[in-house]
Amino acid sequence: MAASQSTAVAVKPKSNLEAVREAMREEMARDPRVILMGEDVGVRGGVFQASAGLYDQFGNKRVIDTPLAESVIVGAAIGAAVAGLRPIAEIQFADFSHPAFDQIVNEAARVRYRSRNGWGCPLVIRAPFGGGVHGGLYHSQSVEAFYAHVPGLKVVAPSTPGDMKGLLKSAIRDDDPVVFFEHKGIYGGPREVIPEGDHLVPIGKADVKRPGEHVSVIAYGLMLHRCLQAAEDLAGEGISVEVLDLRTLRPLDTEAILATARKTGRVCVVYEDNKALGVGAEVSALIAEQALFDLDAPIMRVAGPEVPAMPYAPPLEEWFMPSAEGIAEALRHLATF
Amino acid sequence: MARKQGAAAEARAPATDLPAERLLGMYRTMVTTRAVDERMWLLQRQGAIAFTIPCKGQEAAQIGAVAAFDPSRDWFYPYYRDVGVMLSLGMTPRDVFLGGFGKFDDPESGGRQMPYHWSLPKARVVTGSSPVATQIPHAAGTGMALQLKGEDGVVFCSFGEGSTSKGDFHEGVNFAAVRKAPVIFFCENNQYAISEGLEKQMAVRSVAERAAAYGIPGESVDGNDVFATYAVVRRAVERARAGDGPTLVEARTYRLMAHSSGDDDRNYRTREEIAEWAKKDPIQLFKEQLIRQGVLDEARAQALSAEVADEVDAATDAAEQAPWPEVADATRFVYAEGGNGRGR
Repeated sequence: MAASQSTAVAVKPKSNLEAVREAMREEMARDPRVILMGEDVGVRGGVFQASAGLYDQFGNKRVIDTPLAESVIVGAAIGAAVAGLRPIAEIQFADFSHPAFDQIVNEAARVRYRSRNGWGCPLVIRAPFGGGVHGGLYHSQSVEAFYAHVPGLKVVAPSTPGDMKGLLKSAIRDDDPVVFFEHKGIYGGPREVIPEGDHLVPIGKADVKRPGEHVSVIAYGLMLHRCLQAAEDLAGEGISVEVLDLRTLRPLDTEAILATARKTGRVCVVYEDNKALGVGAEVSALIAEQALFDLDAPIMRVAGPEVPAMPYAPPLEEWFMPSAEGIAEALRHLATF
Repeated sequence: MARKQGAAAEARAPATDLPAERLLGMYRTMVTTRAVDERMWLLQRQGAIAFTIPCKGQEAAQIGAVAAFDPSRDWFYPYYRDVGVMLSLGMTPRDVFLGGFGKFDDPESGGRQMPYHWSLPKARVVTGSSPVATQIPHAAGTGMALQLKGEDGVVFCSFGEGSTSKGDFHEGVNFAAVRKAPVIFFCENNQYAISEGLEKQMAVRSVAERAAAYGIPGESVDGNDVFATYAVVRRAVERARAGDGPTLVEARTYRLMAHSSGDDDRNYRTREEIAEWAKKDPIQLFKEQLIRQGVLDEARAQALSAEVADEVDAATDAAEQAPWPEVADATRFVYAEGGNGRGR
């Protein structure tokens, strides 16, 4: 499924959180230039325990508890990157990346371009994102569209443990800044067996997680799993759904998006962020520009509502997030358009 | 205590360990800095270049400070007015003018950045942007990286006093202080953030006082005096290299020109105020100091100025005749194209 350089197979299924931890541990062991920095990433092992054990293994010089200050977490990582290290900067929640927005967008993304390759900025900014964890307005946001808009950044949002590990390892080895979004709603599961060895997944390649014939649904993060659930439910009704996992949001895998659009002629893009001017708009425009005459129905978007962020109260949170049932209903409509 | 240290340094100047040849070189760099900066202004007023952001008046602070560093191992995060810093580090007048025009051979950016947005990988001068204070967290991170790698380099990070109002100043200096990173935070206090005087920018009497909030030494020095500035920064560099962490140095100076070629300073400060500061012109002061020390005489100073004028004329012509970037080049190096930067 995932493009892997490894053939060995492990037996124990792992979670996305374990995948993140393993990727960092392996890359830190492989390359002494790799450091991890952020608030609580050291002794505490991260608020989600993503870096549990790394402080003991690699010490306080390479696993660095920083002051609670996002701009300098990213900014100092930039300074370390230009000086030859390979920093992983953790932003505790993607919602808190906004204070570092200038450092990410104006600095990290532009270091190479503005120096015409005089300097490079090999840096990974990891940030848990997304809702469904009762995080309210400031622990639930999907901020990927802000960063995916920016040339000079790569933006990754995996949804399965194998991809999580393989893409994070690729991100750490990348010569350019990568914003790496981990959906916190799927940190614990579903688990899967991750190929052992040096498992790498290339940045910029989408993956068909479930092949199908009648409609295509394109998603990433937690929504990918809700789309898989919807596809499973619809299979019983005779509707065959192809599920494409974008995995990388910049650069988008144009080829894979157009391929599934041409195959089924009916496309729905599902994302948790509010609908307007988000990832769905770009994917839809791409298909409209390049595959319009292969379509049998208008492109559909299922996404969050146009309110500033996700409310805390359970019924409101549930209202905000696209459900498997809601996605299935949209795909049913699309299949019979 | 911080202020006392600064005062003591001024009292000791111009006693210095800098040899005569080095002092003459610094004087020449100062004269060249002024000539380049004035030429940039002229070119902008002629319509030959789009923009400039003058440093006139700040040359002593820049050249005195950078003289305390070791160009063979130290790292530099200058800010946009630092012509004197860059000429001290091996950038040529031609290089500066190439950047002014936006020509392809501009070593900073190949014509992509506005003038005075420095980058010189071979001298470990790291690329900067326009929003102020953004380089301060970078400098802290580079200092941290040097510690981790066990290297003994020190990081120079300069900015205007306007930058000290920003969050990135606080976050960056605090980060460096917590980690005892080898960074010299060098504030060129030229009294104005565009139109806003100090009383609109800060409630402290001196930028150096801000150091107390980070538990690091803060020193204030006469930034129009090369010797005084050098002495204070040199002590700070020695402390940093010995593992004793960062220092905040405030060089008190004055911006003799408008903020930029796009600014008109007539409605926010008096001509009399500028004239008072012009009497304390740092180049004139340095020249007098060197003549008193017997390092320089009037005839030699005049000959040197004439040489510099010729050099600047030739550099202007060379830059003007240099090729523009090709449009096809504009899409290059958004990402790495094999290898991670020509400088690294």
